[in-house]
Amino acid sequence: MTNFDWSRIFNFTDFADLLPLVQNSLIAGALLGLVGGLIGIFVVKRDMSFAVHGISELSFAGAAFALLFGANVIVGSISGSILAALLIGALGTKAKDRNSIIAVLMPAGLGAGILALALYEGRASNKFGLLTGQIIAVDDPQLIWLIAICGAVILTLLLIWRPLNFASVDPEVAAARGVATRALSIVFMLLLGLAVAASVQVVGALLVLSLLVTPAAAAVRVAASPLMATLLSVAFALVAVLGGILLALGGGLPISPYVTTISFLIYLICRLIEYARKS
Amino acid sequence: MKSPTLLSIQNASLAFGEHTLWTGLDLEVQPHEFIAVIGSNGSGKSSLLKAILGQQELTGGQILMRGKPIASRKIGYIPQSRAVDPASTLRACDLIGLGLDGHRFGIPLPSRAKRLAVARVLEAIGASELAKTPITKLSGGELQRMRVGQAVISEPDLILADEPLSALDLHQQHVVSALIDDQRRAHNAAVLFVTHDVNPILDLVDRVLYLANGKFRIGTPDEVLRSEVLSELYGTQVDVVRNQGRIVVLGTQDHDHHPEEEWK
Repeated sequence: MTNFDWSRIFNFTDFADLLPLVQNSLIAGALLGLVGGLIGIFVVKRDMSFAVHGISELSFAGAAFALLFGANVIVGSISGSILAALLIGALGTKAKDRNSIIAVLMPAGLGAGILALALYEGRASNKFGLLTGQIIAVDDPQLIWLIAICGAVILTLLLIWRPLNFASVDPEVAAARGVATRALSIVFMLLLGLAVAASVQVVGALLVLSLLVTPAAAAVRVAASPLMATLLSVAFALVAVLGGILLALGGGLPISPYVTTISFLIYLICRLIEYARKS
Repeated sequence: MKSPTLLSIQNASLAFGEHTLWTGLDLEVQPHEFIAVIGSNGSGKSSLLKAILGQQELTGGQILMRGKPIASRKIGYIPQSRAVDPASTLRACDLIGLGLDGHRFGIPLPSRAKRLAVARVLEAIGASELAKTPITKLSGGELQRMRVGQAVISEPDLILADEPLSALDLHQQHVVSALIDDQRRAHNAAVLFVTHDVNPILDLVDRVLYLANGKFRIGTPDEVLRSEVLSELYGTQVDVVRNQGRIVVLGTQDHDHHPEEEWK
Protein backbone atom coordinates (compact mmCIF):
# COMPACT_ATOMS: atom_id res chain seq x y z
CA MET A 1 0.00 0.00 0.00
CA THR A 2 3.03 2.30 0.14
CA ASN A 3 2.59 3.28 -3.47
CA PHE A 4 -1.06 4.10 -3.41
CA ASP A 5 -1.94 5.79 -6.67
CA TRP A 6 -3.63 9.08 -5.69
CA SER A 7 -4.50 9.68 -9.32
CA ARG A 8 -7.14 7.02 -8.87
CA ILE A 9 -8.96 9.46 -6.60
CA PHE A 10 -7.90 12.81 -8.04
CA ASN A 11 -7.23 12.71 -11.75
CA PHE A 12 -7.56 15.76 -13.94
CA THR A 13 -6.04 14.54 -17.19
CA ASP A 14 -8.37 15.14 -20.13
CA PHE A 15 -10.58 17.19 -17.79
CA ALA A 16 -11.69 19.54 -20.57
CA ASP A 17 -12.59 16.63 -22.83
CA LEU A 18 -14.56 14.85 -20.12
CA LEU A 19 -16.52 17.91 -19.03
CA PRO A 20 -19.13 17.86 -21.82
CA LEU A 21 -19.89 14.23 -20.99
CA VAL A 22 -21.11 15.16 -17.54
CA GLN A 23 -23.27 18.07 -18.63
CA ASN A 24 -26.42 16.18 -17.63
CA SER A 25 -24.92 15.29 -14.28
CA LEU A 26 -24.00 18.90 -13.62
CA ILE A 27 -27.53 20.09 -14.38
CA ALA A 28 -28.97 17.34 -12.20
CA GLY A 29 -26.45 18.19 -9.49
CA ALA A 30 -27.32 21.87 -9.54
CA LEU A 31 -31.02 21.05 -9.20
CA LEU A 32 -30.40 18.61 -6.38
CA GLY A 33 -28.18 21.12 -4.63
CA LEU A 34 -30.94 23.72 -4.83
CA VAL A 35 -33.60 21.30 -3.59
CA GLY A 36 -31.37 19.87 -0.85
CA GLY A 37 -30.31 23.27 0.40
CA LEU A 38 -33.86 24.63 0.51
CA ILE A 39 -35.68 21.63 1.94
CA GLY A 40 -32.81 20.91 4.34
CA ILE A 41 -33.55 24.18 6.14
CA PHE A 42 -37.01 22.86 6.97
CA VAL A 43 -35.71 19.39 7.80
CA VAL A 44 -33.46 20.97 10.42
CA LYS A 45 -36.17 23.34 11.72
CA ARG A 46 -38.66 20.50 12.03
CA ASP A 47 -36.09 18.10 13.50
CA MET A 48 -36.74 15.50 10.79
CA SER A 49 -33.19 14.37 9.94
CA PHE A 50 -33.89 10.81 10.96
CA ALA A 51 -37.04 10.81 8.83
CA VAL A 52 -34.92 11.64 5.77
CA HIS A 53 -32.89 8.51 6.39
CA GLY A 54 -36.02 6.40 6.89
CA ILE A 55 -37.61 7.68 3.71
CA SER A 56 -34.46 7.03 1.69
CA GLU A 57 -34.39 3.35 2.71
CA LEU A 58 -37.93 2.83 1.47
CA SER A 59 -37.09 4.80 -1.63
CA PHE A 60 -34.24 2.35 -2.17
CA ALA A 61 -36.63 -0.59 -1.74
CA GLY A 62 -39.02 0.91 -4.28
CA ALA A 63 -36.20 1.45 -6.76
CA ALA A 64 -34.81 -2.06 -6.21
CA PHE A 65 -38.18 -3.67 -6.92
CA ALA A 66 -38.61 -1.49 -10.00
CA LEU A 67 -35.20 -2.72 -11.17
CA LEU A 68 -36.18 -6.34 -10.51
CA PHE A 69 -39.46 -6.08 -12.41
CA GLY A 70 -38.01 -3.96 -15.19
CA ALA A 71 -40.10 -0.94 -14.27
CA ASN A 72 -38.94 2.67 -14.21
CA VAL A 73 -36.45 2.96 -11.36
CA ILE A 74 -37.29 6.59 -10.62
CA VAL A 75 -41.00 5.81 -10.42
CA GLY A 76 -40.21 2.94 -8.07
CA SER A 77 -38.01 5.19 -6.01
CA ILE A 78 -40.71 7.87 -5.77
CA SER A 79 -43.35 5.29 -4.82
CA GLY A 80 -41.23 4.00 -1.94
CA SER A 81 -40.43 7.54 -0.81
CA ILE A 82 -44.00 8.76 -0.85
CA LEU A 83 -45.23 5.67 0.96
CA ALA A 84 -42.63 6.16 3.69
CA ALA A 85 -43.24 9.90 3.91
CA LEU A 86 -46.99 9.44 4.31
CA LEU A 87 -46.60 6.64 6.87
CA ILE A 88 -44.19 8.72 8.93
CA GLY A 89 -46.38 11.80 8.53
CA ALA A 90 -49.60 10.01 9.45
CA LEU A 91 -48.35 7.84 12.32
CA GLY A 92 -45.66 10.01 13.81
CA THR A 93 -47.18 13.36 14.72
CA LYS A 94 -45.24 13.34 17.98
CA ALA A 95 -41.46 13.32 17.80
CA LYS A 96 -41.21 10.30 20.09
CA ASP A 97 -43.58 8.14 18.04
CA ARG A 98 -41.96 9.34 14.86
CA ASN A 99 -38.48 8.13 15.71
CA SER A 100 -39.63 4.64 16.61
CA ILE A 101 -41.79 4.40 13.48
CA ILE A 102 -38.84 5.42 11.34
CA ALA A 103 -36.61 2.91 13.10
CA VAL A 104 -39.19 0.21 12.33
CA LEU A 105 -39.60 1.20 8.68
CA MET A 106 -35.92 1.56 7.89
CA PRO A 107 -34.70 -2.03 8.23
CA ALA A 108 -37.93 -3.29 6.69
CA GLY A 109 -37.30 -1.17 3.60
CA LEU A 110 -33.62 -1.94 3.44
CA GLY A 111 -34.25 -5.68 3.83
CA ALA A 112 -36.92 -5.76 1.13
CA GLY A 113 -34.64 -3.79 -1.17
CA ILE A 114 -31.74 -6.18 -0.62
CA LEU A 115 -34.02 -9.11 -1.42
CA ALA A 116 -35.03 -7.46 -4.68
CA LEU A 117 -31.41 -6.76 -5.58
CA ALA A 118 -30.37 -10.33 -4.75
CA LEU A 119 -33.00 -11.63 -7.13
CA TYR A 120 -32.06 -9.13 -9.84
CA GLU A 121 -29.78 -10.57 -12.51
CA GLY A 122 -28.85 -7.43 -14.42
CA ARG A 123 -25.73 -5.32 -14.15
CA ALA A 124 -24.20 -5.24 -10.71
CA SER A 125 -23.30 -1.57 -10.89
CA ASN A 126 -27.01 -0.73 -11.08
CA LYS A 127 -27.53 -2.54 -7.80
CA PHE A 128 -24.72 -0.86 -5.98
CA GLY A 129 -25.62 2.54 -7.39
CA LEU A 130 -28.98 2.68 -5.65
CA LEU A 131 -27.32 2.42 -2.28
CA THR A 132 -24.12 4.34 -2.74
CA GLY A 133 -24.64 6.55 -5.75
CA GLN A 134 -23.99 6.45 -9.46
CA ILE A 135 -20.84 6.68 -11.47
CA ILE A 136 -21.29 9.94 -13.29
CA ALA A 137 -23.98 9.18 -15.80
CA VAL A 138 -27.36 10.78 -15.94
CA ASP A 139 -29.10 9.99 -19.20
CA ASP A 140 -31.66 12.26 -20.85
CA PRO A 141 -34.87 10.56 -19.65
CA GLN A 142 -33.44 10.48 -16.13
CA LEU A 143 -32.59 14.16 -16.34
CA ILE A 144 -36.13 15.04 -17.42
CA TRP A 145 -37.49 13.16 -14.42
CA LEU A 146 -35.12 14.98 -12.12
CA ILE A 147 -36.01 18.36 -13.59
CA ALA A 148 -39.71 17.62 -13.16
CA ILE A 149 -39.34 16.38 -9.57
CA CYS A 150 -37.01 19.15 -8.47
CA GLY A 151 -39.08 21.80 -10.23
CA ALA A 152 -42.25 20.64 -8.50
CA VAL A 153 -40.55 20.54 -5.11
CA ILE A 154 -38.98 23.99 -5.46
CA LEU A 155 -42.15 25.67 -6.73
CA THR A 156 -44.34 24.16 -4.02
CA LEU A 157 -41.79 25.03 -1.38
CA LEU A 158 -41.70 28.67 -2.50
CA LEU A 159 -45.50 28.79 -2.52
CA ILE A 160 -45.90 27.53 1.05
CA TRP A 161 -42.65 29.02 2.37
CA ARG A 162 -44.05 31.48 4.90
CA PRO A 163 -46.75 29.33 6.53
CA LEU A 164 -44.44 26.30 6.51
CA ASN A 165 -41.75 28.36 8.16
CA PHE A 166 -44.21 29.72 10.74
CA ALA A 167 -45.50 26.21 11.46
CA SER A 168 -41.94 24.90 11.74
CA VAL A 169 -40.38 27.50 14.01
CA ASP A 170 -43.41 28.52 16.06
CA PRO A 171 -46.08 25.81 15.70
CA GLU A 172 -48.26 26.83 18.62
CA VAL A 173 -48.66 30.45 17.58
CA ALA A 174 -48.94 29.48 13.90
CA ALA A 175 -51.86 27.19 14.68
CA ALA A 176 -53.47 29.94 16.75
CA ARG A 177 -53.11 32.28 13.78
CA GLY A 178 -55.04 29.89 11.58
CA VAL A 179 -52.13 28.23 9.77
CA ALA A 180 -53.17 24.71 8.72
CA THR A 181 -50.21 23.09 10.45
CA ARG A 182 -51.44 19.53 9.96
CA ALA A 183 -52.05 19.89 6.24
CA LEU A 184 -48.71 21.66 5.83
CA SER A 185 -46.85 18.88 7.56
CA ILE A 186 -48.35 16.32 5.17
CA VAL A 187 -47.46 18.47 2.15
CA PHE A 188 -43.98 18.85 3.55
CA MET A 189 -43.60 15.09 3.95
CA LEU A 190 -44.62 14.62 0.30
CA LEU A 191 -42.06 17.20 -0.82
CA LEU A 192 -39.45 15.52 1.33
CA GLY A 193 -40.35 12.17 -0.23
CA LEU A 194 -39.86 13.60 -3.72
CA ALA A 195 -36.59 15.30 -2.79
CA VAL A 196 -35.27 12.05 -1.31
CA ALA A 197 -36.29 10.05 -4.39
CA ALA A 198 -34.45 12.51 -6.62
CA SER A 199 -31.34 12.48 -4.43
CA VAL A 200 -31.24 8.68 -4.28
CA GLN A 201 -30.69 8.66 -8.05
CA VAL A 202 -27.41 10.51 -7.74
CA VAL A 203 -25.88 10.07 -4.27
CA GLY A 204 -27.57 6.80 -3.33
CA ALA A 205 -29.94 5.89 -0.51
CA LEU A 206 -27.31 5.60 2.18
CA LEU A 207 -25.85 9.03 1.54
CA VAL A 208 -28.93 11.18 0.98
CA LEU A 209 -28.43 12.87 4.34
CA SER A 210 -25.26 14.52 3.08
CA LEU A 211 -27.35 16.48 0.60
CA LEU A 212 -30.63 17.02 2.44
CA VAL A 213 -29.40 17.59 5.97
CA THR A 214 -25.66 18.36 6.26
CA PRO A 215 -25.65 21.65 4.27
CA ALA A 216 -28.57 23.09 6.26
CA ALA A 217 -27.18 21.82 9.56
CA ALA A 218 -23.90 23.56 8.72
CA ALA A 219 -25.66 26.76 7.64
CA VAL A 220 -27.67 27.23 10.83
CA ARG A 221 -24.43 27.01 12.81
CA VAL A 222 -23.06 30.19 11.33
CA ALA A 223 -26.01 32.13 9.90
CA ALA A 224 -27.24 35.21 11.74
CA SER A 225 -30.65 35.39 10.08
CA PRO A 226 -33.17 33.08 8.41
CA LEU A 227 -32.34 34.49 4.96
CA MET A 228 -28.61 33.98 5.46
CA ALA A 229 -29.23 30.43 6.67
CA THR A 230 -31.20 29.62 3.53
CA LEU A 231 -28.65 31.16 1.16
CA LEU A 232 -25.73 29.42 2.87
CA SER A 233 -27.55 26.09 2.93
CA VAL A 234 -28.15 26.25 -0.82
CA ALA A 235 -24.58 27.41 -1.45
CA PHE A 236 -23.13 24.57 0.65
CA ALA A 237 -25.29 21.95 -1.07
CA LEU A 238 -24.33 23.26 -4.51
CA VAL A 239 -20.63 23.29 -3.67
CA ALA A 240 -20.83 19.73 -2.34
CA VAL A 241 -22.72 18.20 -5.24
CA LEU A 242 -21.12 20.13 -8.12
CA GLY A 243 -17.68 19.91 -6.54
CA GLY A 244 -18.23 16.20 -6.03
CA ILE A 245 -19.15 15.64 -9.66
CA LEU A 246 -16.15 17.59 -10.95
CA LEU A 247 -13.69 15.85 -8.64
CA ALA A 248 -15.10 12.43 -9.46
CA LEU A 249 -14.81 13.11 -13.17
CA GLY A 250 -11.31 11.79 -13.81
CA GLY A 251 -11.22 8.79 -11.51
CA GLY A 252 -14.27 6.94 -12.73
CA LEU A 253 -15.39 6.41 -9.15
CA PRO A 254 -18.88 7.07 -7.76
CA ILE A 255 -19.48 10.74 -6.99
CA SER A 256 -20.99 10.06 -3.56
CA PRO A 257 -17.73 9.85 -1.56
CA TYR A 258 -16.68 13.21 -2.98
CA VAL A 259 -20.07 14.79 -2.25
CA THR A 260 -20.26 13.44 1.28
CA THR A 261 -16.68 14.43 2.07
CA ILE A 262 -17.09 18.00 0.85
CA SER A 263 -20.38 18.26 2.70
CA PHE A 264 -18.81 16.97 5.88
CA LEU A 265 -15.82 19.30 5.61
CA ILE A 266 -18.13 22.29 5.20
CA TYR A 267 -19.98 21.21 8.32
CA LEU A 268 -16.72 20.88 10.25
CA ILE A 269 -15.58 24.33 9.16
CA CYS A 270 -18.92 25.84 10.20
CA ARG A 271 -18.66 24.24 13.64
CA LEU A 272 -15.14 25.63 13.99
CA ILE A 273 -16.30 29.11 12.98
CA GLU A 274 -19.12 28.89 15.50
CA TYR A 275 -16.70 27.74 18.18
CA ALA A 276 -14.22 30.51 17.37
CA ARG A 277 -16.98 33.14 17.57
CA LYS A 278 -18.12 31.96 20.96
CA SER A 279 -14.73 31.94 22.59
CA MET B 1 -74.21 53.63 24.88
CA LYS B 2 -73.35 50.04 25.54
CA SER B 3 -70.59 48.79 23.31
CA PRO B 4 -71.39 45.71 21.20
CA THR B 5 -70.21 42.40 22.57
CA LEU B 6 -66.86 41.28 21.15
CA LEU B 7 -66.82 37.64 22.12
CA SER B 8 -69.89 35.67 23.04
CA ILE B 9 -69.63 32.21 24.55
CA GLN B 10 -73.10 30.72 24.64
CA ASN B 11 -74.07 27.70 26.71
CA ALA B 12 -70.75 26.11 25.81
CA SER B 13 -69.74 22.74 27.15
CA LEU B 14 -66.68 20.60 26.66
CA ALA B 15 -66.27 16.99 27.66
CA PHE B 16 -63.68 14.34 26.92
CA GLY B 17 -65.60 11.07 27.17
CA GLU B 18 -67.09 10.89 30.65
CA HIS B 19 -65.01 13.77 31.92
CA THR B 20 -66.83 17.09 31.69
CA LEU B 21 -64.51 20.08 31.79
CA TRP B 22 -67.21 22.71 31.86
CA THR B 23 -70.84 22.92 30.90
CA GLY B 24 -73.38 25.69 30.41
CA LEU B 25 -70.62 28.26 30.11
CA ASP B 26 -71.93 31.71 29.19
CA LEU B 27 -69.52 34.59 28.88
CA GLU B 28 -69.91 37.89 27.09
CA VAL B 29 -66.62 39.68 26.59
CA GLN B 30 -66.84 43.40 25.86
CA PRO B 31 -64.18 45.21 23.85
CA HIS B 32 -61.35 46.42 26.13
CA GLU B 33 -62.19 43.92 28.85
CA PHE B 34 -59.36 42.15 30.65
CA ILE B 35 -60.55 38.78 31.89
CA ALA B 36 -58.47 36.35 33.89
CA VAL B 37 -59.24 32.67 33.40
CA ILE B 38 -58.16 30.78 36.48
CA GLY B 39 -58.90 27.46 38.08
CA SER B 40 -57.51 24.13 39.07
CA ASN B 41 -55.40 21.81 36.97
CA GLY B 42 -57.24 20.13 34.14
CA SER B 43 -60.25 22.41 34.57
CA GLY B 44 -60.12 23.22 30.87
CA LYS B 45 -58.60 26.70 30.89
CA SER B 46 -56.32 26.11 27.93
CA SER B 47 -59.03 24.07 26.21
CA LEU B 48 -61.29 27.10 26.42
CA LEU B 49 -58.70 29.13 24.49
CA LYS B 50 -58.39 26.35 21.93
CA ALA B 51 -62.16 26.27 21.57
CA ILE B 52 -62.19 30.02 20.94
CA LEU B 53 -59.45 29.52 18.34
CA GLY B 54 -61.49 26.81 16.68
CA GLN B 55 -58.87 24.13 17.41
CA GLN B 56 -61.07 22.34 19.90
CA GLU B 57 -64.62 21.46 18.98
CA LEU B 58 -67.21 22.13 21.66
CA THR B 59 -69.42 19.36 22.93
CA GLY B 60 -72.27 21.84 22.97
CA GLY B 61 -73.07 25.51 22.57
CA GLN B 62 -71.27 28.01 20.40
CA ILE B 63 -68.71 30.78 20.41
CA LEU B 64 -69.21 33.89 18.31
CA MET B 65 -67.03 36.89 17.67
CA ARG B 66 -69.02 40.02 16.86
CA GLY B 67 -71.96 37.74 16.19
CA LYS B 68 -70.09 35.62 13.66
CA PRO B 69 -68.10 32.39 13.80
CA ILE B 70 -64.51 32.95 14.83
CA ALA B 71 -61.89 34.12 12.36
CA SER B 72 -58.60 33.43 14.06
CA ARG B 73 -56.80 36.11 12.03
CA LYS B 74 -58.28 38.77 14.28
CA ILE B 75 -56.95 37.08 17.39
CA GLY B 76 -53.52 37.62 18.88
CA TYR B 77 -52.08 34.68 20.77
CA ILE B 78 -49.41 34.68 23.46
CA PRO B 79 -48.14 31.20 24.36
CA GLN B 80 -46.41 29.92 27.45
CA SER B 81 -42.85 30.97 27.87
CA ARG B 82 -40.64 28.04 27.03
CA ALA B 83 -37.17 27.38 25.74
CA VAL B 84 -36.59 28.01 22.04
CA ASP B 85 -34.82 25.66 19.64
CA PRO B 86 -31.09 26.30 20.18
CA ALA B 87 -30.48 25.91 16.42
CA SER B 88 -32.99 28.64 15.59
CA THR B 89 -31.72 31.46 13.39
CA LEU B 90 -34.69 33.72 14.14
CA ARG B 91 -34.00 37.20 15.42
CA ALA B 92 -36.45 39.11 17.59
CA CYS B 93 -37.64 41.11 14.59
CA ASP B 94 -38.29 37.88 12.65
CA LEU B 95 -40.36 36.45 15.49
CA ILE B 96 -42.51 39.58 15.64
CA GLY B 97 -42.80 39.65 11.84
CA LEU B 98 -44.30 36.14 11.88
CA GLY B 99 -47.31 37.62 13.64
CA LEU B 100 -47.85 40.00 10.73
CA ASP B 101 -47.55 37.83 7.63
CA GLY B 102 -46.30 34.39 8.74
CA HIS B 103 -49.61 32.82 7.75
CA ARG B 104 -49.60 34.17 4.18
CA PHE B 105 -48.51 32.10 1.21
CA GLY B 106 -45.38 32.85 -0.77
CA ILE B 107 -41.85 33.74 0.22
CA PRO B 108 -40.93 36.55 2.61
CA LEU B 109 -39.92 39.36 0.26
CA PRO B 110 -38.35 42.43 1.80
CA SER B 111 -41.03 45.01 2.43
CA ARG B 112 -40.75 48.54 3.74
CA ALA B 113 -44.25 48.42 5.21
CA LYS B 114 -43.41 45.29 7.17
CA ARG B 115 -40.09 46.68 8.37
CA LEU B 116 -41.83 49.80 9.64
CA ALA B 117 -44.61 47.82 11.33
CA VAL B 118 -42.07 45.63 13.13
CA ALA B 119 -40.01 48.69 14.13
CA ARG B 120 -43.16 50.40 15.51
CA VAL B 121 -44.06 47.35 17.59
CA LEU B 122 -40.49 46.98 18.86
CA GLU B 123 -40.56 50.58 19.97
CA ALA B 124 -43.95 50.17 21.61
CA ILE B 125 -42.72 47.23 23.66
CA GLY B 126 -39.49 49.05 24.48
CA ALA B 127 -37.26 46.56 22.72
CA SER B 128 -35.91 48.41 19.70
CA GLU B 129 -32.32 47.68 20.72
CA LEU B 130 -33.07 43.94 20.69
CA ALA B 131 -34.38 43.87 17.11
CA LYS B 132 -31.48 41.91 15.65
CA THR B 133 -30.81 39.77 18.70
CA PRO B 134 -31.19 36.02 18.05
CA ILE B 135 -34.14 34.70 20.03
CA THR B 136 -31.82 32.06 21.47
CA LYS B 137 -30.02 34.90 23.29
CA LEU B 138 -33.14 36.51 24.77
CA SER B 139 -34.02 36.06 28.42
CA GLY B 140 -37.38 34.49 29.29
CA GLY B 141 -38.84 37.90 30.05
CA GLU B 142 -37.48 39.47 26.86
CA LEU B 143 -38.86 36.60 24.81
CA GLN B 144 -42.31 37.06 26.33
CA ARG B 145 -42.17 40.77 25.54
CA MET B 146 -41.51 39.80 21.92
CA ARG B 147 -44.46 37.43 22.13
CA VAL B 148 -46.64 40.35 23.15
CA GLY B 149 -45.34 42.30 20.17
CA GLN B 150 -45.95 39.33 17.88
CA ALA B 151 -49.53 39.11 19.14
CA VAL B 152 -50.41 42.79 18.72
CA ILE B 153 -48.69 43.51 15.39
CA SER B 154 -51.74 42.36 13.45
CA GLU B 155 -53.99 44.75 15.43
CA PRO B 156 -56.18 42.02 16.90
CA ASP B 157 -59.55 42.66 18.58
CA LEU B 158 -58.89 39.90 21.05
CA ILE B 159 -55.69 38.72 22.72
CA LEU B 160 -55.57 35.21 24.14
CA ALA B 161 -52.73 34.57 26.54
CA ASP B 162 -52.07 31.03 27.77
CA GLU B 163 -50.01 31.13 30.97
CA PRO B 164 -47.72 33.79 29.51
CA LEU B 165 -46.05 34.40 32.88
CA SER B 166 -45.10 30.83 33.69
CA ALA B 167 -41.38 30.34 34.32
CA LEU B 168 -40.79 34.08 34.73
CA ASP B 169 -39.49 35.64 37.92
CA LEU B 170 -41.63 38.13 39.82
CA HIS B 171 -40.11 41.20 38.25
CA GLN B 172 -40.50 39.83 34.73
CA GLN B 173 -44.07 38.75 35.51
CA HIS B 174 -44.83 42.33 36.40
CA VAL B 175 -43.12 43.75 33.31
CA VAL B 176 -44.82 41.35 30.91
CA SER B 177 -48.30 41.65 32.38
CA ALA B 178 -48.03 45.45 32.46
CA LEU B 179 -46.97 45.33 28.82
CA ILE B 180 -49.93 43.18 27.85
CA ASP B 181 -52.25 45.64 29.61
CA ASP B 182 -50.51 48.57 27.99
CA GLN B 183 -50.75 47.08 24.52
CA ARG B 184 -54.36 46.01 24.77
CA ARG B 185 -55.23 49.60 25.67
CA ALA B 186 -53.18 50.93 22.77
CA HIS B 187 -54.83 48.50 20.35
CA ASN B 188 -58.31 48.50 21.87
CA ALA B 189 -58.23 44.78 22.34
CA ALA B 190 -59.90 42.56 24.90
CA VAL B 191 -57.75 40.06 26.78
CA LEU B 192 -58.46 36.55 27.98
CA PHE B 193 -55.58 35.67 30.24
CA VAL B 194 -55.19 32.08 31.41
CA THR B 195 -53.15 31.83 34.57
CA HIS B 196 -52.81 29.65 37.63
CA ASP B 197 -51.78 32.64 39.72
CA VAL B 198 -53.97 35.70 39.54
CA ASN B 199 -51.74 37.87 41.71
CA PRO B 200 -49.45 39.37 39.04
CA ILE B 201 -52.50 40.65 37.14
CA LEU B 202 -54.89 41.30 40.03
CA ASP B 203 -54.80 45.06 39.53
CA LEU B 204 -55.35 44.74 35.78
CA VAL B 205 -58.33 42.42 35.50
CA ASP B 206 -61.90 43.54 35.09
CA ARG B 207 -63.42 40.14 35.64
CA VAL B 208 -62.39 36.64 36.60
CA LEU B 209 -63.63 33.39 35.11
CA TYR B 210 -62.92 30.69 37.69
CA LEU B 211 -63.17 27.12 36.39
CA ALA B 212 -63.22 24.15 38.76
CA ASN B 213 -64.93 20.83 39.14
CA GLY B 214 -66.89 21.13 35.89
CA LYS B 215 -68.41 24.37 37.18
CA PHE B 216 -67.49 28.01 36.93
CA ARG B 217 -67.99 31.45 38.44
CA ILE B 218 -67.71 34.77 36.65
CA GLY B 219 -67.40 38.17 38.27
CA THR B 220 -65.01 40.78 39.55
CA PRO B 221 -62.09 39.45 41.60
CA ASP B 222 -63.83 40.66 44.76
CA GLU B 223 -66.99 38.78 43.85
CA VAL B 224 -65.36 35.51 42.89
CA LEU B 225 -62.20 35.19 44.95
CA ARG B 226 -63.95 34.64 48.29
CA SER B 227 -63.88 31.69 50.61
CA GLU B 228 -67.62 30.99 50.44
CA VAL B 229 -67.78 31.25 46.61
CA LEU B 230 -64.81 28.97 45.97
CA SER B 231 -65.86 26.54 48.72
CA GLU B 232 -69.16 26.10 46.95
CA LEU B 233 -67.42 25.75 43.59
CA TYR B 234 -65.01 23.08 44.81
CA GLY B 235 -67.55 21.42 47.12
CA THR B 236 -65.01 21.45 49.91
CA GLN B 237 -63.69 23.99 52.39
CA VAL B 238 -61.50 26.45 50.54
CA ASP B 239 -59.93 29.47 52.21
CA VAL B 240 -59.13 32.63 50.35
CA VAL B 241 -56.52 34.57 52.25
CA ARG B 242 -55.67 38.15 51.39
CA ASN B 243 -52.27 39.25 52.54
CA GLN B 244 -50.55 42.51 51.54
CA GLY B 245 -52.55 42.80 48.34
CA ARG B 246 -51.92 39.19 47.37
CA ILE B 247 -54.58 36.51 47.20
CA VAL B 248 -53.79 32.99 48.24
CA VAL B 249 -56.28 30.19 47.72
CA LEU B 250 -55.83 27.35 50.21
CA GLY B 251 -57.35 23.90 50.20
CA THR B 252 -57.72 23.23 46.47
CA GLN B 253 -54.67 20.97 46.29
CA ASP B 254 -53.64 22.65 43.05
CA HIS B 255 -50.10 22.63 41.86
CA ASP B 256 -48.32 25.26 39.95
CA HIS B 257 -47.48 23.28 36.87
CA HIS B 258 -49.98 22.02 34.32
CA PRO B 259 -48.33 19.28 32.30
CA GLU B 260 -51.61 17.82 31.04
CA GLU B 261 -52.58 21.15 29.61
CA GLU B 262 -49.44 21.65 27.62
CA TRP B 263 -49.66 21.98 23.89
CA LYS B 264 -49.35 18.74 22.01
